[in-house]
Order: sequence, then structure tokens, then C-alpha cells
Amino acid sequence: MDRPQTLAEKIISSKAGKKVYAGDITLVDVDVTAVQDGTGPLAVQQLEKMNLVKAANPKRTVLFIDHAAPSPQKELSNAHMMLRKFSKETGAQLSEAGEGVCHQRLVETYVNPGDILIGADSHTCTSGALGAFATGMGSTDVSVGIALGKTWFRVPETYRINVTGEFPKHVYAKDLILHLIGLIGADGATYKALEFGGETVDKMSMADRFTLANMAVEAGAKAGLFATDKTTENYLKERGRGEFFKVIKPDEGANYERVIDIDVSNLEPTISKPHTVDNTCTVSEIEGTHVDQVFIGTCTNGRIEDLEIAAKILEGKTRHPDTRLIIVPASKDVYIEALEKGYIETFVKAGAAVMAPGCGPCVGVHQGALGDGEVCLATQNRNFQGRMGNPEGFIYLSSPAVAAATAVAGKITDPRKVI
Amino acid sequence: MTKTNVYKGKTFKFGDDISTDHIAPGRLFHLRTNLPELAKHVLEDADPNFSKEVQKGDFVVAGNNFGLGSSREHAPTIIKMAGVSAVLAKSFARIFYRNAINVGLPVLICDTDKIDKNDLLEVDLSSGVIKNLTKNTELKFAPLPDAMIKILNDGGLVQHIEKHKGFNLE
Ligand code: SF4
Repeated sequence: MDRPQTLAEKIISSKAGKKVYAGDITLVDVDVTAVQDGTGPLAVQQLEKMNLVKAANPKRTVLFIDHAAPSPQKELSNAHMMLRKFSKETGAQLSEAGEGVCHQRLVETYVNPGDILIGADSHTCTSGALGAFATGMGSTDVSVGIALGKTWFRVPETYRINVTGEFPKHVYAKDLILHLIGLIGADGATYKALEFGGETVDKMSMADRFTLANMAVEAGAKAGLFATDKTTENYLKERGRGEFFKVIKPDEGANYERVIDIDVSNLEPTISKPHTVDNTCTVSEIEGTHVDQVFIGTCTNGRIEDLEIAAKILEGKTRHPDTRLIIVPASKDVYIEALEKGYIETFVKAGAAVMAPGCGPCVGVHQGALGDGEVCLATQNRNFQGRMGNPEGFIYLSSPAVAAATAVAGKITDPRKVI
Repeated sequence: MTKTNVYKGKTFKFGDDISTDHIAPGRLFHLRTNLPELAKHVLEDADPNFSKEVQKGDFVVAGNNFGLGSSREHAPTIIKMAGVSAVLAKSFARIFYRNAINVGLPVLICDTDKIDKNDLLEVDLSSGVIKNLTKNTELKFAPLPDAMIKILNDGGLVQHIEKHKGFNLE
């Protein structure tokens, strides 16, 4: 009998056309390829160099204009033109400025269970929540994937993360993933796949699973993977992709390099302090820290569920006069739903600058760059020095609940104390 | 690898967790289609003087998890453009490691505690030996996976694909 397989081994095997296991190196067929406006132009240039300006699968090759969208300066406008031209020439899909962050758009529209997705963006791992093997690579790797429909992988070893217990009130998947990264370190899972499971994960919404998968790379992992279930199926149905549902689960007795058990029953709202994601603490340890800017959004926490949490806290309140508040829905669909539900009105009345779907200030290209010595609390996934446009800035990471409560108080605040 | 793969130069030393934001900051996003200009800022947020002082053949030496963060290939590309012959670290972040090989920048895993700033090194890629000429000591680095050696020997992934009209790794 064949050796039992982890999720990573299973999905990669099905696209390699043979059984492969951790440590094997193999070529695989790629289902979906993606680039964004920061990495796409170089990918296009590499394809020109190789004389391979084509897409093996144009319907599932997606070019996202999201990182600097709408463009703040002419160099970036010219980069965007390269992507539009490539899309016209090859039939590849174009996601324009205002349509949203690549990873949110990928899960909403393009990626299905069992797929392999390679994207020229490190948080490509987000789609792993759908039972796809999704990983970030550089422009050249992805350009080759676009043209040939193939890439090579070293099959990763897997860390199994078993989650049990019920989340306390106002403690979320974001707190769990920050806690986990604090536990194992920013390089704690380098080259590995993280496979999430356990009773708490079984009960989790897709939004929470996306948040966990999104941040797998912050522990160095190659992928963050989930089995598929009824929740996955319902999500796909809602998005009009029900027919692409497939049961994907690891085999009983699969070989895990490490098993980490986490009980969330006593988890506290968790924060990453400057300048690394693994520099974590509980909110109570740094309560009262002054904050100049709060940012709610990104591929980590810019979904409708996140905006709902923020809206509940901000309803009828205003931001502290010394604290700016920036809110960016992760995609156009999220934006529309937030409008319909009245959240956008709540945000604007609370004094927020609500901006077009995209990456917003997350990567420091435009919108909300920090001043010297300024402090930002953000719902994004990384807080490296210089991340928000200024190496003299300080970034804390949290859940949307902590972020919204902090915007009102003007200092880092435990959401359990305000609602 | 051929015997000519011997590099000599002095070292620049960095700590743990040097991110792609240190190497190629997001605030210089607009320079990503102008690599020679971007290269003038390489590693600026970790050492503002690096790009002015680095000379052809020099080595970047760092601690754990070098290159963590974004998938921007511009990071290893501009390190290479600055003339750096190899990056030596205790460990690398996954995407950076793969990108570096793809752009033809050798990345070597070794115990960098034994190397100080400004040491003169001679690195032989084929034998896997790092000679510290300042300290008169020798270090070994872990061999690269076969698939990566093939890509590096061809000069990078673009060259590999051009030469073999596709992948030739198995
Ligand atoms: S929102 Fe931030 S982390 Fe996500 S893709 Fe955009 S820049 Fe990257």
C-alpha cells in the first residue's frame, strides 16, 4: 500500500502525475498564475527576454493592479501600462485599480480546491484555505509558469497545527496566528507547509481560514493548507463556483515533521510589536501606547467579516482627534457588501478615510505613509522596518477589533473593555 | 560547477531577519522598473552606507532568516547588481533563496558567527569551502539541491529555460 500523504503531498502528487513525498523534487502542472503591479512588470520583461510572450492558460493567468492603485506617480503608471498591454496580447485576465487585493480576488474568483497556484507575491499562500497548494515565488519563476503552465517544487515537510477550544469573545483567528508566529518564530516553519486542522478549524468561517493561511509565510512557510468541507463548499456555491468543489483531505497516518497543539480557550487579543511579526505580546501588556494612525484592511483582514467587527465598535463613535483612521475594503465585492450593510457610512461618520479596494498603505507605496517616529496599528500581516514607507515609523499588528477600539481611544485598547 | 567559481572579497555584516523591505524598500516601488537606480539604494534601510562602500566581489554576511518578507525578486537582483558575489547566512527565507538562484546570485548557508565585518574571504563554490584569509580559518557551506545547481550553472532560470527550451531538472 502507498504511504499515507499530507495535504501538500497529495495536491502536489495529483499535479505531478506520480506519488511524491516530502523532500522529492518534481515538475508540476500549474492551474493558476498571478502577478501584481510590483512584480508583474519584471515578469513581463523576463518573458520578453525568453521570447515567450504568451500565457499557457490565459483564463487563469491574472494580472493585478492593486499595490499602487490608482497610480500615485508616472513610473508606476508606466508599469501598469505594461500589464495592460500584456493582458491584451495574451488574453490574460486583468484586475484593474479599484477591484481589490490580489489574494482576496483570487479566492473570490479564480482558485478551486486541488489547484496549484503560483503567484509573484508572498501572501499567495492565502488560497491554501480553499484546499489548493498556493505559494509565493519571484517574478521569473512565475513568468515561466505563465508561459509553460509548469513549475518545479521541492515537496515540503509539513507541520500540523491542531487547534482546539472555543475562541473567547473578541478574540479571533488573527490573534491565533500572531500567537502561533510568536511561539515558533518568524523562521519557525521555513520551507515547511503548515496544515491547519482540529475541531476549532472545522467550525471556522472561510474568512478566518483565509487569515490563517495568509500569514503562514510570516513563519517562513511555503504554504498554509486546509482540508475542504461543507464550509468550503458553501463558500464556492455563494461565489457561483459550486461545481468546482472537491473533497481534499490528508490521509490518516500522514507523516508530520512536527505537531503543534493550540487550545484557544484562554487566548488573549494579541499584538505584534515593531519591527518583527514574531515580537508578540498580549494587548494588556501594551495598553495605553499612543497611536497616530490606525489602518483596517489588506489581504489579511479586509474582508466583510472584518469590516463588520470594526463597524460594530465604531457605530455611533468617532476616532480620537489625534489618531487618523484609514479603512480599505479588500475587494470590490467586499466594498459593495459593506455599502449595502451601512458599514461604510458608519466608518465615514466615525472620521475614517475610506479608500478604494487595494493594498492601501500596507506596503508604503502611497496612501498613509508614516511620518518620522509615528506609530501605526494595522490589521495587515507584517510590520518590518520601513514597511509603511518610512524606516523611522513603528508598526503594531492586531485584529480589526483591537484596531477599531484603538482608533476610538487614540491608544492601544483592549476591545473587551469598550464593548 | 566549474573551477572558475572562486570569489574573493571583503565582508559586510548584517544581523538576523534582514527583510526584503530593508533590501528594496516599498517606498522605492516606483524604481522597480529602473533597476540600476533601485540598486543605488540596496540594503539602505539596514546600512545606509552599504551601497556606497560595496565593491565588486564583496560578500554580504548575515544571521538567520535573510531575505524574509515579500516575493520581490528585485531584492536579490539589486544585491547582485551591486557587485556582491554571494550572500552568506545562517539561514534564508524560502522565496528569497529561490529567487537568488533564479537570478544567478549564490546563497550559501554556513555558520556566519565565525565571520566578522571586513574579513577577507575566498569562496570556492565548487568545493563548498569558505577560506577566511583574515582569520586564517576555513568554513564549509551546505551544498545546494541538485535542481538549483543546474539552474545556477546555466546562469539563472531565464538562461536555463532558453537553453533547454523548458525545464531540464529531473
Ligand atoms: S495587502 Fe499588503 S500584504 Fe496583502 S498583497 Fe497587498 S501589500 Fe501585500
